[in-house]
Amino acid sequence: MIPVTFDYVRAESVNEAIQQLKDSDGEGKVLAGGHSLLPLMKMRLTEPQVLIDITGIDALKEVRKEGDRLIVGALNTHREVSIHPDIKEHIPLVAETARQIGDIQIRNKGTMGGNIVHADSAADLPAAAFVLDAEVLITNEFGEQAMGIDSFILGPLITMMPEDSIVTGVSFQIPPTHTKSTYLKYFHPASGYPVVGVAAVAGTDSNGNIDFVRVGITGAGDVAFRATSVEEELLGKAPSEAVIKEASKLAADDGEMGSDLFASPEYRENLCKVYTERALKSILL
Amino acid sequence: MSKVVGTSVKRKEDSRLLTGNGRYSDDIVLPGMLHATVVRSTSAHAKIKKIHVEEALNHPNVVAVYTGKDLEGKVGPVPTSWYVPGCNLKEPPQYPLAIDRVRYVGDGVALVIADDRYAVKDAAELIEVEYEELPAVVGQKEAMKEDAPLLHDDIENNIALQWKAGEIPEGVMENAEVVVKESFYVQRVFPSPIEPRAAVAQYNPGSGELTLWCSSQNPHIHRMVLAEVLGISEAKFQVIAPDIGGGFGGKIGVYPDEALVAFASREIGKPVKWIEERSEHYTAANAGRDEIIEVELAGKKDGTLEAIHVKNTANLGAYLSTMGAGVSTIDFGMMITGTYDIPYAACETTGVYTNTTPTDAYRGAGKPESTYQIERIVDLFAREVGMDPVELRKKNFVKKEAFPYQNAQGLLYDSGDYEKPLNKALETLNYEELRKEQERKRKEGKLMGIGFSTYVEMCGFGPSEVVGAVGFQGGTWENSTVRVHPSGKVTVFCGTSPHGQGHDTTFSQVVADKLGIPIEDIEFVFSDTKSVSMGWGTYGSRSTAVGGAAVSFAADRVVEKAKKIAAHELEVAEEDVEFENGTFSVKGVPGKERAFKDIAHSANMAWNLPEGMEPSLEAQYFFKPENFVFPFGTHVAVVEVDKDTGEIDLQRYVCVDDVGTVINPLTAEGQVHGGVAQGVGQALWEGAVYNDNGQLVSGTLMDYTLPKARFFPTIESDFTETPSPVNPLGAKGVGEVGTTASIAAAMNAVVDALSVYGVTDVEMPLTPEKVWKVIQEKEGNQ
Amino acid sequence: MAVEKRNVSVTANGQACSAEVEPRKLLVHYLRDDLGLTGTHVGCDTSQCGACTVMVDGDIVKSCTTLAVQADGSEITTVEGLGTANDLHPMQQSFWEEHGLQCGYCTPGVMIAALGLLKENPNPTEEEIREGLEGVICRCTGYQFIISAIQKAATIIQESGIDLNSQQLVGEGTHNE
Repeated sequence: MIPVTFDYVRAESVNEAIQQLKDSDGEGKVLAGGHSLLPLMKMRLTEPQVLIDITGIDALKEVRKEGDRLIVGALNTHREVSIHPDIKEHIPLVAETARQIGDIQIRNKGTMGGNIVHADSAADLPAAAFVLDAEVLITNEFGEQAMGIDSFILGPLITMMPEDSIVTGVSFQIPPTHTKSTYLKYFHPASGYPVVGVAAVAGTDSNGNIDFVRVGITGAGDVAFRATSVEEELLGKAPSEAVIKEASKLAADDGEMGSDLFASPEYRENLCKVYTERALKSILL
Repeated sequence: MSKVVGTSVKRKEDSRLLTGNGRYSDDIVLPGMLHATVVRSTSAHAKIKKIHVEEALNHPNVVAVYTGKDLEGKVGPVPTSWYVPGCNLKEPPQYPLAIDRVRYVGDGVALVIADDRYAVKDAAELIEVEYEELPAVVGQKEAMKEDAPLLHDDIENNIALQWKAGEIPEGVMENAEVVVKESFYVQRVFPSPIEPRAAVAQYNPGSGELTLWCSSQNPHIHRMVLAEVLGISEAKFQVIAPDIGGGFGGKIGVYPDEALVAFASREIGKPVKWIEERSEHYTAANAGRDEIIEVELAGKKDGTLEAIHVKNTANLGAYLSTMGAGVSTIDFGMMITGTYDIPYAACETTGVYTNTTPTDAYRGAGKPESTYQIERIVDLFAREVGMDPVELRKKNFVKKEAFPYQNAQGLLYDSGDYEKPLNKALETLNYEELRKEQERKRKEGKLMGIGFSTYVEMCGFGPSEVVGAVGFQGGTWENSTVRVHPSGKVTVFCGTSPHGQGHDTTFSQVVADKLGIPIEDIEFVFSDTKSVSMGWGTYGSRSTAVGGAAVSFAADRVVEKAKKIAAHELEVAEEDVEFENGTFSVKGVPGKERAFKDIAHSANMAWNLPEGMEPSLEAQYFFKPENFVFPFGTHVAVVEVDKDTGEIDLQRYVCVDDVGTVINPLTAEGQVHGGVAQGVGQALWEGAVYNDNGQLVSGTLMDYTLPKARFFPTIESDFTETPSPVNPLGAKGVGEVGTTASIAAAMNAVVDALSVYGVTDVEMPLTPEKVWKVIQEKEGNQ
Repeated sequence: MAVEKRNVSVTANGQACSAEVEPRKLLVHYLRDDLGLTGTHVGCDTSQCGACTVMVDGDIVKSCTTLAVQADGSEITTVEGLGTANDLHPMQQSFWEEHGLQCGYCTPGVMIAALGLLKENPNPTEEEIREGLEGVICRCTGYQFIISAIQKAATIIQESGIDLNSQQLVGEGTHNE
């Protein structure tokens, strides 16, 4: 499979990239690692006329802390995210998730920004993004804006990305230091995508009661979601096997379950419950 | 020099493959070479109303576009190579490009030729085909129904063949103390060599000679069949199988695409290359299995088996593939009693046309399916009569003393000792302990299972009279020529066609021992119809048992002649000459000797040969085996099933195979590992799925699961050696045993784990969801 | 749409190479068809099989999911850069000794992928190797001897102090024993 013909330009700065996007009259697409875009282009499911390669823009590789948030530059590869000391220290959930994306080859090329912009319903990162109240940092000729992940991703491969804009990074909320986190993934045996991926962050107060809990689920349906019902059920309770099991039964309540050749909605619902239970047990018990 | 047969010699072929110097079809680049792509049907069943080719023809890189009509009178239909007799076989013509009707998604409708490998894809997209949709039928049972759409107007109920073998006397089934019945579906899977198919054709308009490089397991069969299809003399037609990136049966078939590439080169007068894409491969290359097997096994309460009755309904796809008729009949039906001394057996096979890609041989071809049904039903029988599955197997095994043993279907098993590998496996497993562990786990509510498969399979194709009698359009004997150069170095030719098995090495081991020369002095030539005499290729685990035997006999002939020359030079009678370790010596006269290479020189110079002897040192042997060979063994899988998710954890895999004399233990073990991965793959993960409209929904590696490294535990593999009397090497066949055995072993393990719920079958592949649903249903807490 | 060809220059296995290519040309086809490095193969079209794995600036990538223009200016190592038949790289040597290949088609990609794995984890357990091979598919071997080969290569590489992070892998072969 071969993409249709297109032109290729490199951008040296964010502004230049934005200009090149404008010049393309809506026919341009931004190329970073290419691991979301090129497979679609090879299948001729998308046929941009120009690819704007932004990998030379060093500013997009930054990782920086701003208050209670950690900002991960869009061009960081999954590999870089998985080993970055600041990411591992402040948002280990994101590092752990990145380590489970695809395979080594894909992690070497695929980027944080590309993964989020692509909005594949079976991507790994959205679970962590929902859990850590991620904001997508978008720049265009009118300036910068931060868009909450839940309003950014609208559906499978559909986002609120404004025209002629570049995602410069993703900002994650740093969870309280007393919490633990994990990403538990059920691998699709063929594609390696999550059939269900559960990201969880939780911690207990000095009385041993749960005072912080976030559960995000990806892969189960068209869009990732926060399992708020589970969170509400757990908050304020002392964690036990029984309490977690009971709460995890609500894991599929806040999302729509999808269906494919491998798993029905019914089975995905079960996986949401079982993997939520296992994820929460591993960090709370 | 010590003998090398039986030792783990490192492979000779590896130095080129490890350094990027292999030469696969896509590595072949010829001056002026054009690129081909086949436009394929997107509809499972439709009339072709019109094909618009103008836009494609106007593409600046395009050289030619052909449709089915353009080929009429120039390229004939591609025929099957297996006319199974006595089954009312109906073979519809399969034209290289569909003419007025397409019958499966992937059926070729147009051929585009351009001067650039990317542009040819662009041009192919410009071709528009107008279809008139027809109703499609995908399943074999559905296709046989009265109201099912007909694929071929003159083939009633889409039935391609109805075959029977064996008879059970009246009353045997009816009066049996115990009868166990089950229906199994051995689902459609893809052989999936990592190199898809490929062909490069070069026609010489001056000489009329045609050369075809193609990813084939049997270039001589390709030449034989395509010469007919293309109307070209075999003497002007050279087929070469270069390095091949795996076959597994998928590259036995002679395909329309290869005919198309050859046709285009002849038509245009330039070389043409066609490289298949992965997703194209899954719609256009033959698939494997797809058989619904209904079994009844009758016997006594004490566990004695008395009769087996099997009905196989096989999905042949839209056309009859190269071996399409033989797989579910001869290959399957003659082996239904397996390793057991069951007095009566009967098999009825119905082959059915459907709107799917044709099915053909896939690693084991009929034997994995046959092993699957007997090994599954035997387990269920053991459960029914309350016996341990191992005990029941031992009770019914053909006994060691009974060989050669004729099974109920008339096959003569060459040699065997079925308890030997089983006992060895039990020891490795620590079986009694393992069953106790299973008991303990069951008490804790865990689902652990142990599954056995004690198989035998027919391979080493084969005795020509027999394969002829069953309608195979080939001889399946084998040839080898051993050519000794003046220096004593040797080139050996053989008609088998290795594609990963390592015959360069194993066959060299045979020659090295025979001639007493180092392995490095031996080079092999395979897979080229111009240099190698008629041969039949590599499939059905035939290469060592038949080709290797031919090599061995040819080497004997060389020694025989060399000995005469040595005797002449040493001035003694031939009977007084001994040959050992590459040296001819005179019995009882130390020091009076000639080295093999001295004789090689003498023979080639011919300055002083025995009177009347022809010069040179070269011998050819055509070996026609008297019988098939029958490897056997025991495979055991140990699994634990996750109750909450239905996920299966394959914890141990133990196998002990008896493939006769092992020539190279390392490569033999490699064959077993690969076979096991494919068989376990079928049981647990792989499955080709069509929707009701005949669209393939598992058409890429995103959806079709090829097993990955992390799916397996360490395979604990071992051998016993019971030589075959059929060939001088004592070798049987090792290529297919792993696949033949392992599907049933893995399935029996999972069914054993689920036996606490009374489960007798779950349809393959055992996706976690299916298993989970069974557990949910049985636990009643859905 | 007519598009100008681009010059793509790389250092492939230590040698400077360049060719004019369409922007859409995949790196694997640039390597195979333009540079003649046919040791790298294509096995699928959806980035699963990993037969096309090569090293770009020290990182393993799937060259069927990378454009040649993206690799402009980079250093590339393919199987041809590992070692020669008479001077095999420890990875090749180990694949040979442990029978880590059968048809050989996936092998170049698997060996390069294994080097990428060892760069991340120089001394992996069997389980870590199995997981680390997620990005490659072998249909012949059942993986077992591939795993033994990688274990052996890891030992040789560690014992002989070869630095996998030096991008130049060429000429670091061990001579045949």
